[in-house]
Amino acid sequence: MERREAIQRKNGFWHVVKSLLSGLRLTWRHFLNADKRRQPVPVSDASYFKQPEGLVTLTYPYEAIPVPENGRYRLHNEIDDCIVCDLCAKVCPVNCITIESVKATEEIGMTSDGTKKRLYAPVFDIDMAKCCYCGLCTSVCPTDCLTMTPVYDFAEVDIKNMIYHFTDLSPEQAEEKKQLLAKQQEEMAAAKAAALAARKQG
Amino acid sequence: MLAFVLTLVLLLGIVIVLAYAERKVAAFMQDRMGPTEAGPYGSLQSVLDVVKLLQKEDIVSAAADKKLFKLAPILIFAAVFAGFAVIPFTPDLIPAGIGIGVFYLLAIISLDVVGLLMAGWGSNNKYAMLGAMRSVAQIVSYEIPAGLAILSVVIVCQSLDFQEISYQQGALMNRFPGLEFETNWLFGIEALGIDTTRIGGITTWNVFRAPVLLVAFVIYFIASLAESNRAPFDIPEAESELVAGFHVEYSGFRFAVLFLAEYSMMVLVSLVAVILFLGSWNTPLPNIGPLQLAYWTTGTVGGLSGMLWGGFWLLSKTFVLLFLQLQIRWTYPRLRVDQLMHLCWKVLTPIALAVVLLAGIWRLLMI
Ligand code: SF4
Ligand code: SF4
Repeated sequence: MERREAIQRKNGFWHVVKSLLSGLRLTWRHFLNADKRRQPVPVSDASYFKQPEGLVTLTYPYEAIPVPENGRYRLHNEIDDCIVCDLCAKVCPVNCITIESVKATEEIGMTSDGTKKRLYAPVFDIDMAKCCYCGLCTSVCPTDCLTMTPVYDFAEVDIKNMIYHFTDLSPEQAEEKKQLLAKQQEEMAAAKAAALAARKQG
Repeated sequence: MLAFVLTLVLLLGIVIVLAYAERKVAAFMQDRMGPTEAGPYGSLQSVLDVVKLLQKEDIVSAAADKKLFKLAPILIFAAVFAGFAVIPFTPDLIPAGIGIGVFYLLAIISLDVVGLLMAGWGSNNKYAMLGAMRSVAQIVSYEIPAGLAILSVVIVCQSLDFQEISYQQGALMNRFPGLEFETNWLFGIEALGIDTTRIGGITTWNVFRAPVLLVAFVIYFIASLAESNRAPFDIPEAESELVAGFHVEYSGFRFAVLFLAEYSMMVLVSLVAVILFLGSWNTPLPNIGPLQLAYWTTGTVGGLSGMLWGGFWLLSKTFVLLFLQLQIRWTYPRLRVDQLMHLCWKVLTPIALAVVLLAGIWRLLMI
């Protein structure tokens, strides 16, 4: 009974006119506010959730909301600081890091935090199409050379381009290093054999 | 012939502006930005849309009734476009100044329905058929309240000539041959004794000459929304249920013509509303004592200034109504079929009949 009365009351002519007008008022208000724009402020900004008026569209390629600092986006490896320890490849849950290492014949140098580098990386590939951006690799990396960057717009037409090559060696250089290593090992083996022969004779 | 070309060009211009405005207004009301890429603020968007449509393949489906299918868009557009022939654009510019303009307009617009039915039937598609049937049912029904509302104007003005009706609604009334000795009274009530013949402006618009026409105007406006298949009466084209209604099978140039016809219909019904109720090409500013605002903003009839002022007032009033149409589209939800028919037959038609009666009495007793 109450409900029926309520319906009757809401159905009166003036009530309908009033509600029709309030609808028009609503769209008109939004129309008038069209000169205001939502500002592309980062989520950390105090006004992020307090912009109730104006157009909400972001014309993306021209403007973008800055991503949070600790966001996880595209990986970057600073190969000069990488000691090729293979930890990142081992921890990766989707196996998207491929590392091949070649022992250096002598010490190559130091990373920026003072760790000695003893390995070359002829292959250091990360397949960004497989990566799930979990960030595990960046936390295990002992020299902090593997990091997340704020870049998130890196779609490619050819999926092969999603594999990022971070090595700083050209194939020729890699081949040279391999030969150097083989030669050194040969020499060492020869020296060992000579020493062994000398001991036998002695 | 010149009038034909001029009207067509003018109409194309207005429709292109309207199509752009529709998208922008819709976007702004929904807090979006609308087209931004094509030209400054996306203003070339609708031009590009037209160019795109003209480049598209003109597909006629294999099972369609080809003759009807091909003829329908032309018929629909021709029917709407023919309506523009009797629209007075300025005090002395009217493509065809015939004495029975109102009658002709109502008759020629009804031809639209035949075209819609041809398109729907010829497409051999269930959605097109449903859309066409709904459209025809709706247009035929709403022609009755619209016709009655127009009839009450005709009763008050005692004329079927758009130009004569226009002259009656302004300070220039006595310049029209046959109206030299007529007088306008405030609200059309002679007993008040306020002669507005020389005051003109908004006081002589039809909605003020006979305030009962204000109701007629509202009825006409609602019915005109339905006649041009606009929301909230857009069930014939209900995107969410019928895909696109009667024009679902059309593409390329034919679709462009249908689109043009639809927007022309919007423009036409708004023009008619302005001419019949809102003072046509007359200025809204009245003469107040020595401030001859009405005369200043009318220009000299027959001269260039009269031409420009007349066109300006007519078009700006039309654009206000068009904006209202857009706003209504983006505000109200669509009516159900039964609600649509209820509104037409049980609400608008009886009220319109009462308005006709009142207008007759008004004409007899007051003036
Ligand atoms: S972020 Fe996760 S998935 Fe991506 S490479 Fe590192 S460990 Fe693998
Ligand atoms: S964990 Fe760091 S240092 Fe070790 S291989 Fe990976 S990137 Fe290089």
